Amino acid sequence: MKNHVWRPLFVVIAIVIGILLFRAFYVPADFGSHDQGYTFGYHRLGNEQEWKDYPEKYKGNDYCNECHDDMIEELESAGHSTIPCENCHGAAFDHPDDPEKLSIDRSRELCIRCHAKLTMPSSGRNDIPGIDPAQHNKGEECSECHNPHNPSLEDM
Amino acid sequence: MKRRDFLKNTAVFVAGASVSVSALDFITPKELFAANPQLKWGFLVDTHKCVGCGFCVKACKTENDIPFEANVTRTWVERYVIKKDGDVVMDSPKGARDGFTTKLLDQNHSGMTLVPENEIAQAFFVPKLCNHCTTPACVQVCPVGATYQTADGVVLVDRSWCIGCGYCIMGCPYGVRFFHPVEHVADKCTFCYHRISKGGDTACAQACPFDARQIGNLKDPNDPVAQAVLNQRVGVLRDEYGTKPNVYYIGLNKEVR
Repeated sequence: MKNHVWRPLFVVIAIVIGILLFRAFYVPADFGSHDQGYTFGYHRLGNEQEWKDYPEKYKGNDYCNECHDDMIEELESAGHSTIPCENCHGAAFDHPDDPEKLSIDRSRELCIRCHAKLTMPSSGRNDIPGIDPAQHNKGEECSECHNPHNPSLEDM
Repeated sequence: MKRRDFLKNTAVFVAGASVSVSALDFITPKELFAANPQLKWGFLVDTHKCVGCGFCVKACKTENDIPFEANVTRTWVERYVIKKDGDVVMDSPKGARDGFTTKLLDQNHSGMTLVPENEIAQAFFVPKLCNHCTTPACVQVCPVGATYQTADGVVLVDRSWCIGCGYCIMGCPYGVRFFHPVEHVADKCTFCYHRISKGGDTACAQACPFDARQIGNLKDPNDPVAQAVLNQRVGVLRDEYGTKPNVYYIGLNKEVR
């Protein structure tokens, strides 16, 4: 064959080799189809571990129970016992190291998430005692009258 | 060489050469099942129990570092109000991050509407999250292998591999994907993979005071979620898309899309 065929062919071959070399260095060894096949599982296996190592912020009531077992015990019988501690006290993170003290959300907005009266046929919302936030002691925090752990005024 | 032999050899060569290496690497469903017979994550949502408090949305945002003020959420709660004349009014203000505290329904650009109580036939809350489909459309369209399905059925996004093309966001029939405003990659619910893989609960399920959300192993017949999926009348969203979702709903209406 003549030169005018070979010369562009060398360029093409060089480009292909270049791409293959780049690919060999750039694509990680654990990148592949793995268990699920090419359609759904084509990925970097190491990323699964990266997601598993993502830090947890919410620790759960069992974690709270390690130190505050007296509070948990008191709560068990109270009206708000189904609400996890961290919903009002904030995510524990690495408490008590960081943060040393959790900030408690005592705001009216937190309470009316459940206790703003909404008539919702076919919803569990109706079973929760509700108030009209625009009428019921406007501007005051619920915790001024109600004990957040056991909010029933009759029990106080 | 005879013409007959030439044609025969050519046919054999072409047939052989057209089989690529990847095609020989067949994976049958049986092999797949045998490789990982013990674990497949599934989620159960009980819409009868949900009261629309939005604690799940708040917990998810904190747990997974989704900016609180940005209008993106990995999970959200929708409120449906079905009127007696058949009209459906729906809203989900800020994904129900602050819960539902008013009877007014947020209709975005057309403002707030109030459906008079005597016109309401049904009204209820429906929590939504990534369905972690068995045949996920988002994974199929990802050109770089950044979004994928793990062997235990969770669909994840590789943040260092995602090029932000947005195909997966367009491809998801449920609209559960979004661009993470800080990470600048596609983002979605991970079933709290970092928590469940250590034996914990998802942040949303843990925060729910009413047990409206549960995560479980669909391959364990004694698991409460698997039990519910097997024995109760459960539904999935948009079954017609063929994505085979792994989030099951108790008390799902046809109006919920």
